[in-house]
Amino acid sequence: MARQKLPPTQTLTMKIDDVDVTAKPGQTIQDVARDHDIEIPGLCYIDGLTIWGACRLCLVEVEGMRKLLAACSTEVAEGMIVHTDTERLRRYRKMVIEMLFAERNHVCSVCVSNGHCDLQAMAVQLGVDHVHLPYMNPDVKVDSSHDRFRLDHNRCILCTRCVRVCGEIEGAATKGVGGRGINARIINDLNMPWGDSQTCTSCGKCVHICPTGALVEKGTAAAEMKKHRSFLPYLTVMRES
Amino acid sequence: MTPEELEQIAVDQQEAENQLDHRINVCMAASCMSRHSEQIVKDMQAKLKDMGEKGEKTQVRCVGCMGLCSAGPLVEVDHPADEAAGKGPEKVMYRDISPEHAESIVNATVDGRTLPDLVQPTDIPYFTRQKRIVTENSGYIDPECIEDYIAAGGYSGLVSALTEMSPDDVIHEVTVSGLRGRGGGGFPTGLKWSTVARTDADQKYVVCNADEGDPGAFMDRAVLESDPHRIIEGMTIAGYAVGASKAYIYVRAEYPLAIKRLKRAISQANKFGLLGTNLCDTPFNFDIELRLGAGAFVCGEETALIASIEGKRGTPRPRPPFPASYGLFGKPTLINNVETMATIPWITRYGGEALAAIGTEKSKGTKVFALAGKINCNGLIEVPMGISLREIIYEIGDGIPDGATFKAVQTGGPSGGCVPADKLDMPVDYESLQEAGTIMGSGGMVIMDETSSMVDVARFFMEFCKDESCGKCVPCRVGTAQMLDLLEKMCAKSATQKDLDLLKELCDVTKACSLCGLGQTAPNPVLSTLHYFENEYMDSLQGEVTGVGAVPATETKAGAPDPTHEK
Repeated sequence: MARQKLPPTQTLTMKIDDVDVTAKPGQTIQDVARDHDIEIPGLCYIDGLTIWGACRLCLVEVEGMRKLLAACSTEVAEGMIVHTDTERLRRYRKMVIEMLFAERNHVCSVCVSNGHCDLQAMAVQLGVDHVHLPYMNPDVKVDSSHDRFRLDHNRCILCTRCVRVCGEIEGAATKGVGGRGINARIINDLNMPWGDSQTCTSCGKCVHICPTGALVEKGTAAAEMKKHRSFLPYLTVMRES
Repeated sequence: MTPEELEQIAVDQQEAENQLDHRINVCMAASCMSRHSEQIVKDMQAKLKDMGEKGEKTQVRCVGCMGLCSAGPLVEVDHPADEAAGKGPEKVMYRDISPEHAESIVNATVDGRTLPDLVQPTDIPYFTRQKRIVTENSGYIDPECIEDYIAAGGYSGLVSALTEMSPDDVIHEVTVSGLRGRGGGGFPTGLKWSTVARTDADQKYVVCNADEGDPGAFMDRAVLESDPHRIIEGMTIAGYAVGASKAYIYVRAEYPLAIKRLKRAISQANKFGLLGTNLCDTPFNFDIELRLGAGAFVCGEETALIASIEGKRGTPRPRPPFPASYGLFGKPTLINNVETMATIPWITRYGGEALAAIGTEKSKGTKVFALAGKINCNGLIEVPMGISLREIIYEIGDGIPDGATFKAVQTGGPSGGCVPADKLDMPVDYESLQEAGTIMGSGGMVIMDETSSMVDVARFFMEFCKDESCGKCVPCRVGTAQMLDLLEKMCAKSATQKDLDLLKELCDVTKACSLCGLGQTAPNPVLSTLHYFENEYMDSLQGEVTGVGAVPATETKAGAPDPTHEK
């Protein structure tokens, strides 16, 4: 007798921070946590853009796994037990934020994005009141060659939201990453001044998706650069249509 | 190509060999070539030509690596059996040969004499203690001659797999052999193969990772340069087993000789019907293409390697999904290192059990190591798993030069660690090395004597990791740079206890949080040297500390530098 084929699993159950939750196969830990109002920190993840998994703030502990897993890129499984807010994770997240602050020249008081910055907000949320890593004070440039926008590498955290939104949503692929390691920089076209770019459509999505004061509109003074994020929920729709 | 045709090629080649009286094998791998072995071959051939009829029965042949690189260029002469004198066939190896020796070697060989002054004894442990599987043909066959490889039994594993075995049988043999990934991870090869085989897809890929980049490691280069057909055979068997029809060899552009020989080997295999369509009159098709790496160490990481082959920036992505289910161009992809691929033909020829009979319970078979640094016998060795470090260093490697004392051996490159003298009797297998705070890695062994500073060693590897970090994830990009700054401060003896504590903290974060293996293992050289040689770190601090080997406060330099970072 032929064995009866079982129907595919429609839902699964798992535990996040001691709360029993249901999930759909194919969802990530991040998706499920959000569905159940459990907040997991993160800077590089944006709905509708490819998953990058680079900021490492959304790392969570999954029981039975030796390594920490990124919530944004890990698919859920039946019976998975996830911890998103342990003492160890809090320590690591604070350190990652400190690393970002120490890496470039993030001086909030004079930054146009002061008060409207995801990095700053994340630092406050995670309780980073002090950076005990030595500041690296690198000599990095500011590209003001574009008519309307400015790229300030001093504030860049290399989350590549701009690179992804430019390539995947706008389709211009002006933005990219050049160099490697600590010398990696966001570049325009083949590392030319932004203003000379033949591909940039000046749509401004990169500016408004940027979590920090790295991509800003010109003519803004300290704390004046408020990003318009109202278009973000439509990124997924734009991609699907 | 049928089994009979293959057999015929082997017989023909053997017959041609038998026509010769003498064979002079000259090493033409990168190390000996850098010391003019090409010129030696030219001079020898010219001399033989001058001799006319007398020189016709002697052949000078370019072969691959003979292993003992520190004694190169190496030349080996095959003397035939001399029945009148009651002597069997013998091989004589000559060491440190330069073009000036070419003529005298040719003269002596043609007359059936040897040159005692130049002889490199081959009854020393360096040669007798090895167990050669991956390197079985290195130094014997001409890497640019497919007939030579076939005469040595090459491609018989592939032909028998295709004609006598099902893909499942092949995977079964590999599983039984207990072979584990030789690129460093040690993942069971059979399990990886069956995962790819069981994933349904219209297209699957096989990739050979030849992006060897650990400082002090040159195993893969030697295999590629000495026996390229072996990789092709291994990959084709892998393709048959997992159901892939297309393969890539990702080889670093810094290995021009390996690339040249691989290209030649691929075109020869195509010509002989060992690559292409309907191999051995079966429906199995297989093609291999080369892809050259552009000098990024991180492209040895499998997801970065895939991105690079796809023409993208070579950066890793989070796993899972693993390449076995979602790999090259989104298709299931089998990625194995050169040495793993090179073991496959042997397994199909002699069976999985034969490999499983060698080694320890959990680490089967042999491993190729590159001995570098402060050791008498510098070069390439292949030893059974489970051999002790002491045997490798003091017997096979003949100890430390100039009567110096052994201090530590660094294994596993920038992902590995340093093992001190009191661990020398430890068996070399995946688990023991991990327990000792290092890894098997791809097989580089850098031996250090008492003159090496362990803090400096850690600094060297951290500099390497910092330079090679792709910059994608924060802990690796910033962590390696911060750790390097601290280690440089320690080398300059201007660090404090606070810096040491910070270094430990950074090690922890970088190890736990980094996206790929490069960052996750970058702290290992620091952690292992901290574990075994903490006193050297304490010595590298300036004053104000108490503890083992702490520098008395009076010895600190006046005007301590500003603890803030300077750039």
